[in-house]
Amino acid sequence: MLHVGLQHFLVVGALLFSLGLLTVATRRNAIGVLMGVELILNGANVNFVAFNHYVTGGVSGQVFALFVIVLAAAEAAVGLAIVLAIFQTFRSIDVRLADTMRE
Amino acid sequence: MEQLIGNNLASVAGFRPELVLTFGSIALLVLDLVLRRSRSRRALLAGAAVIVLGLAAVLLAAQSTASTPLFNGMIASDAFATFFKWIFLAAGFLTVLIVAQGDDYPSPRVGEFYGLLLAVVLGMFLMASATNLLTIYMSIELVSMVSYVLAGFRKSDRKAAEASLKYVIYGSVASGVMLFGMSYLYGLLGTFDVLAFAPKIAELSATTGAAGAATKLALVVAVVFVSSGVGYKIASVPWHMWCPDVYEGAPTPFTAFLSVGPKAAGFALALRFFLGSFAGPMGANGMAESIAGIPWPAVIGVLSAVTMTLGNLTAIAQTNLKRLLAYSSIAHAGYTLMGLATLSALGMQGVMIYMLIYLVMNLGAFLVVIVVAEATGSESIFDYSGLVHRHPLAAIAFGIFLFSLTGLPPFAGFTGKWYLFYAVIERASGPAGFWYGALAVVGALNTAVSLYYYARIIRAMFLEAPHVTDRVAPKLGYQLMLGAFSAAILVFGIWWAPIVEWSQRSMVMLRG
Repeated sequence: MLHVGLQHFLVVGALLFSLGLLTVATRRNAIGVLMGVELILNGANVNFVAFNHYVTGGVSGQVFALFVIVLAAAEAAVGLAIVLAIFQTFRSIDVRLADTMRE
Repeated sequence: MEQLIGNNLASVAGFRPELVLTFGSIALLVLDLVLRRSRSRRALLAGAAVIVLGLAAVLLAAQSTASTPLFNGMIASDAFATFFKWIFLAAGFLTVLIVAQGDDYPSPRVGEFYGLLLAVVLGMFLMASATNLLTIYMSIELVSMVSYVLAGFRKSDRKAAEASLKYVIYGSVASGVMLFGMSYLYGLLGTFDVLAFAPKIAELSATTGAAGAATKLALVVAVVFVSSGVGYKIASVPWHMWCPDVYEGAPTPFTAFLSVGPKAAGFALALRFFLGSFAGPMGANGMAESIAGIPWPAVIGVLSAVTMTLGNLTAIAQTNLKRLLAYSSIAHAGYTLMGLATLSALGMQGVMIYMLIYLVMNLGAFLVVIVVAEATGSESIFDYSGLVHRHPLAAIAFGIFLFSLTGLPPFAGFTGKWYLFYAVIERASGPAGFWYGALAVVGALNTAVSLYYYARIIRAMFLEAPHVTDRVAPKLGYQLMLGAFSAAILVFGIWWAPIVEWSQRSMVMLRG
């Protein structure tokens, strides 16, 4: 019988984080990039809750995770509004097209 | 429980300026709707923003600077935070003054701008006083998220939309990486309270053998991750990529604010984080040592050298003034990091003095960019040729700001650089002195490089013949502000005792 311990959660957290970074780096679609950011944040959240349960006790880690969830929602709102503005000016949400200033 | 609530209620007394900014920000958004049809809308809204900032300033001045933890140790109220809060209030106030006169923000949306600007100022207040990982994260996000919106404030402007997209992507990745580092710090140290870190780190590093080495490595990785959030705010390598594009694309008054406000807030946070929890108390000679011999100073020193070199070398090739000033601001983050790398009282004071002077000279430089952009519609260096014949005051003021940014005497930038270099050289005779010496040499070489591209602008303004004609003369308000900024740079370049004494008094930081 496999016992699920702290390590397993940490591996899941690290995987989510790495996949999030990979998504941000490779996606061309701006919404896909924002989804990658969500993965990064949730990777950290898994860690917070796991450390809270297995290491520190109390509730502070869980409360931190709740704050992160709220901020992630706010960040998504701002991010999507900006993507909308990009679509209105560039007629596309491809992040490579929105790269006109580089010299 | 009773005690926790009691402490929260008692803390409100030390939180008045922040409360004024919170409610002022909301009030301005409402006022924006109320005054929708008013004829003197612009003036009234600007006046309201100035009143909110003024009220916050009065309450800040009335507040005790004794070091006290507020809200059960979530934030600290101390002289150090108060010093930076004055910088943020000044940055906010001057930005309001610039925006109120310009055309960068159209009248229908200017109220929203002021309301959001006050929210950024509030976020910076919290950044300077955060002593808990949660408040650090929340305050950085408050500043960042509102900045994303303000960078892309002009609708249907391609550059602004592109700037805010890049800002939001780089920013959220940087803060996500920081958050991931925080989760490991929490797991390793078992607490979110930054002031309680120092004993825990000492305890952790006492373990020897393979387990001890692994723990130390995890700790270093976690802190490097956390510093990505700070590095992104101050625009240091390798988190600087957003900086040129956002500076170029955002409306210029907000770019000016971004280059002085959040940068100073990032340094305040970094000083508190590294000196407060990763370094021991300062000895009689004003020097601290990093806890458990973990080489933070070396890491920061390398970052500092790379940041200033990259910023200066890239700035040489720029022809857009906003972009040039963006790379110059990256280079200045590098110079200021030297003060952080020394882990000494002198270095800390150097950072504080530099951020104060940088506020005046960089806002001034951007103000000239605004003046010229209003007259010619261009931000290109080629349209600065013969500026002295077209707008003598703007050209002379720009010359003063640029020499000050280079760090030449008798301008105030020299005072700031002097303290930063002095702090590094003070370290050069101690252990690892060779590396501090090398850092000072790199800094000096960079100053020479920066003179090259600053002088290019000065040559264009003073020695070349004008080839464009201006549509409008600079507004009187701008001229007054330029005059005041130049006077401040000249006065503090010669008579710097007040700044030095004030920063000296403000070096008291709440410790665990």
